Amino acid sequence: MISLKSAIKNSKAYLCLECGKCTSVCPVSKFNKGFSPRVLVNRTLRYSENDILTNKNIWACLTCAMCDLRCPADIAYIDLTQATRLEAQKLGEEAICSHGGAAQAMMRIMTATNLQQKRMDWVDNDLKVAEKGEVLYFVGCLPHFDILFSDKGVHTIRNAKSSVKILNYLGITPAVMPQERCCGHDLLWSGDMENFKKLAEYNINEIKKTGAKKVVFSCPEGYRTFKIDYPKYFDVDFEVQHITELLRDAINEGKLKFREIDKVITFQDPCRLGRHLGIYDAPRKVLSSIQKLKLTEMQRSKKRAVCCGVSAWMNCSFYSKRIQMLRLKEAKETGAELFVLSCPKCEIHFNCAMKEEEARDDIKIPTEQLVTFVADALT
Amino acid sequence: MAKNFIPKIVAFCCNWSTAPVVNKAVESDAQFPPNIKIVKLMCGGMVTLAFILKAFELGADGVFVATCRVEDCHYVTGARRAVDVCDNTKKLIDMLGFEPGRFKLGRFSSLEHKVFEKAINEFIGVIKKMGPSPIKVQRRTTASTSR
Repeated sequence: MISLKSAIKNSKAYLCLECGKCTSVCPVSKFNKGFSPRVLVNRTLRYSENDILTNKNIWACLTCAMCDLRCPADIAYIDLTQATRLEAQKLGEEAICSHGGAAQAMMRIMTATNLQQKRMDWVDNDLKVAEKGEVLYFVGCLPHFDILFSDKGVHTIRNAKSSVKILNYLGITPAVMPQERCCGHDLLWSGDMENFKKLAEYNINEIKKTGAKKVVFSCPEGYRTFKIDYPKYFDVDFEVQHITELLRDAINEGKLKFREIDKVITFQDPCRLGRHLGIYDAPRKVLSSIQKLKLTEMQRSKKRAVCCGVSAWMNCSFYSKRIQMLRLKEAKETGAELFVLSCPKCEIHFNCAMKEEEARDDIKIPTEQLVTFVADALT
Repeated sequence: MAKNFIPKIVAFCCNWSTAPVVNKAVESDAQFPPNIKIVKLMCGGMVTLAFILKAFELGADGVFVATCRVEDCHYVTGARRAVDVCDNTKKLIDMLGFEPGRFKLGRFSSLEHKVFEKAINEFIGVIKKMGPSPIKVQRRTTASTSR
């Protein structure tokens, strides 16, 4: 297989010094002693291709990019993981999907082009959306998550409502696609290139039909997929922007006015927005522009922020719960009253961990999404 | 739609009420359709959203879930759980945009093989009218899953 060799070349994995710093910062290795990024890179380089491709540990990686940032040899670890998974899938190897594989099944069902989706029920009368327009809001899987995870007590669709509310406040009537599909992030990271490409192609064609020049995201995973992964395989002729960047620009221009909120909060950097795309300051700028609001940072924040424990609905395990509880404990230790998140999956995972039987009061903290928090603070 | 369309049906059947019903229906001289794949579960409450979605993903034209009546459940709460799961599934199927009629929940007692036969034949009739499922089979293999 040539592509695994080229993946080693592109990710510069051959430069590995075997220092083990990747393993020392890896949140999975902290709890799962059988998992080590250093060993995986080593096996990729030294053993047969079959050895690494059939190794179950390649699916346990969270692709949170903690190792990428720490590596002194600058190895693109997550790119290597992605390539390895794509190759492993060709051999028929697959990840253990959480929730019985419901999320993945749903995404693969969405590759059918002749579906008549009814995903616009969330648009209330006081929200203004259009069919066509210069600015498009990409909803993502939010309406589906609310049904899939109804037992977790999360309402991720509030993200979409709040995002449209913010855009309306700024005088923008965003286009929203009634036949939008999943961005394909989870399928790509679980090695299913065939169906990822189908979803990507469909979405790009639909966006072209709306005539949008800018696509706004509230989900960091969708944003990463459109910004980094789509251009690798398709021509993308529109600009993409995360809602926090849009909010930051609007604040700099003085277009947003917030009421005072007397609260202490802490903020979780999602790995896709933080380490993958390097956006740390925009959400903090937005939060700091709300008067009287006090943002306390966790012990590990920004580049060192710990992942929420599961990625791409794969391999949710006992270790994931340990990671989530560790992070929740850190959030609680800051003394914050509210844990502000900016990824719908972080919200689902943390709320799931808080519902565990062994969850004690020292990890229970109310969560809220950044966009809903900001939208509620608008005057 | 092709005239000789034979729908592929997957039926998830509870071991305590509907599996005996299926046996009886097959044993009797009744017209029990051959194109229906029975998946026997120890309890209707075992059905998850993932089972149903996976059946559709892998090319089923219709999915039938057959459980006990709520008050007859062998494990007390299983049938009630199945109802909740099926309600959620219906919502998701509706949102995903293929006909909600492709999925049905039926409740039977272990003596009602005539009723079951009638229900399943009606269901097949409905699917035949709808035609083949819009979802094309994508996968070479099925993913291993955890609950």
